[in-house]
Amino acid sequence: MRAIALLGHSGRMIKVEGLTRTYGDFTAVDDVSFVCQPGRVTGFLGPNGAGKTTTMRIMVGLTPPTRGRITIGGLAYHDIPNPGRHVGVLLDASAQHAGRSGREILTIGAKTMGLPMSRVDEMLALVSLSDSESKRRLGNYSLGMKQRLGLAHALLGDPSVLILDEPANGLDPAGIRWMRDLLKGYAARGGTVLLSSHLLNEVELIADEMILIGRGKIVAQGDKKSLLASQGTASALVTSLDNDALARALQADGVVVHPAGDGLRVEAEPVTVGRAAAAHQIVLTDLRSGAAGLEDLFLELTADTQREASSQGVPA
Amino acid sequence: MSQITPSFTLDVSSTPRVPFTRLVSVELRKTADTRAGRWLLAAIAAITAAFMIIFFAVADAPDRIFENFIAIAATPQGFLLPVLGILLVTSEWSQRTAMVTFALEPSRSRVLAAKTVSALLLGFAAFFAAVVIAALCTLVGGAGSDGFADLTLIAFVLFLVLQLLTIIQGLAYGLILLNTPAAIVTFFVLPIAASIIFNLVPFLQDAAPWLDLGTAQQPLFNGENLSGDEYGQLATTSLIWIVLPFVAGWFRLMRAELK
Repeated sequence: MRAIALLGHSGRMIKVEGLTRTYGDFTAVDDVSFVCQPGRVTGFLGPNGAGKTTTMRIMVGLTPPTRGRITIGGLAYHDIPNPGRHVGVLLDASAQHAGRSGREILTIGAKTMGLPMSRVDEMLALVSLSDSESKRRLGNYSLGMKQRLGLAHALLGDPSVLILDEPANGLDPAGIRWMRDLLKGYAARGGTVLLSSHLLNEVELIADEMILIGRGKIVAQGDKKSLLASQGTASALVTSLDNDALARALQADGVVVHPAGDGLRVEAEPVTVGRAAAAHQIVLTDLRSGAAGLEDLFLELTADTQREASSQGVPA
Repeated sequence: MSQITPSFTLDVSSTPRVPFTRLVSVELRKTADTRAGRWLLAAIAAITAAFMIIFFAVADAPDRIFENFIAIAATPQGFLLPVLGILLVTSEWSQRTAMVTFALEPSRSRVLAAKTVSALLLGFAAFFAAVVIAALCTLVGGAGSDGFADLTLIAFVLFLVLQLLTIIQGLAYGLILLNTPAAIVTFFVLPIAASIIFNLVPFLQDAAPWLDLGTAQQPLFNGENLSGDEYGQLATTSLIWIVLPFVAGWFRLMRAELK
């Protein structure tokens, strides 16, 4: 833990401006702009194939953009000397030579960056890879171990910016919590973290800021609260002993009601439903806010980009 | 640079860019830090030695001279060194380590230059290994002091040039194809196909030394200096079969999307 506490310089901003990348007729990333602030974890969220990975690859110069630009701390990645010392990158934990040991992979990274070999041991300890595990060849690693090694590789140069593509993939629940704490601590010390995921729950727990992307376009961004607030329409889920009577009462007040499961979905605040029930003396057995959570918002915003035809969810 | 938001600018003053010598040493390390890599290096040394020992066993004492041993070494090295050159490039693609390599050194030209220098250094090493083994074989070969007679510096230089050219050729084919099997097959099939065509087609036969790499390299095995024409032929065929593919491969790498 001491190792990344050495962060000697505060995190720097990642700035994406009007980024577009096309492959023939296909637009993988479409006029995307956002910033990642130092001291915050920014979650990059979207379904498979939404353009997250392409954006991150452009960020580190592996893919040239068609239009637009990305700077990290004011510099294009290509112009950062010894970039591993400033920007920690994990794009694909499996993209390492299967025949090299974990220790050797870190050694190559440390040698390239000009770091002392003690750094390799520090990083192995940080990600809890044991001595014997570190001597095994990568081909024999589980996906979770590869992710730990990839994170160790990204942190090797004590960078002030982290760019991680699906870092929680393959980690077990304890591993996910460990990574969450690690990255939160890193951001709390001033580091800038951008991490992508297609799993909302994962990002919801860790990210201070969220960027939702679907079919190459940003569909929403902000912190959790502002995202939910932006969603607008109130809704309530209600079950009563006489649903028909309640529905008639609400409709008489001009409120739209849909049957949903055993009860009703009402396009109004719960308090409106409560009042109507009290006025007509209908006994309620369940009443709660039906305001969509982040997940509904996510699915709704990216609905036309999902591979599955999203079925109208029955409330639990 | 930005006076308005200085705190948002990366301070890179304390990190000079990665020195070229470090990139070369990392590339050299990468050729030997996997089982496959170590086997290839060991195989090059072992097969070179084996060829010379077989020659030692079958040749008569007067033939066991240094020049012959070196000529024997050229054959196995001529087909193993290019494979080393090919793998130096293509393994970054087949193992997908290119993503990591180029994230740590975004200048693709510098990485490629480091790979080229490493390949040449390995070519030198193979040359020295061959010279040492050939000298040992000659010393115990029984030809006496005649074993080293008629040796000219030029014979050494030409042998070395041949080694380095083939290793660069391997590198070039690896760069163009970025795929191990395709590059290896191309490397071995193309010269055979070319020499068949040049031998079969009558009007190409005369031009063969100027266009066919195999034909132009033949005099390099003789252990004697080349004539002016032969140097010219070596230059034009090397340009066609080695330099141009290398430049094309370089351009391909500069534009490629690294996956």
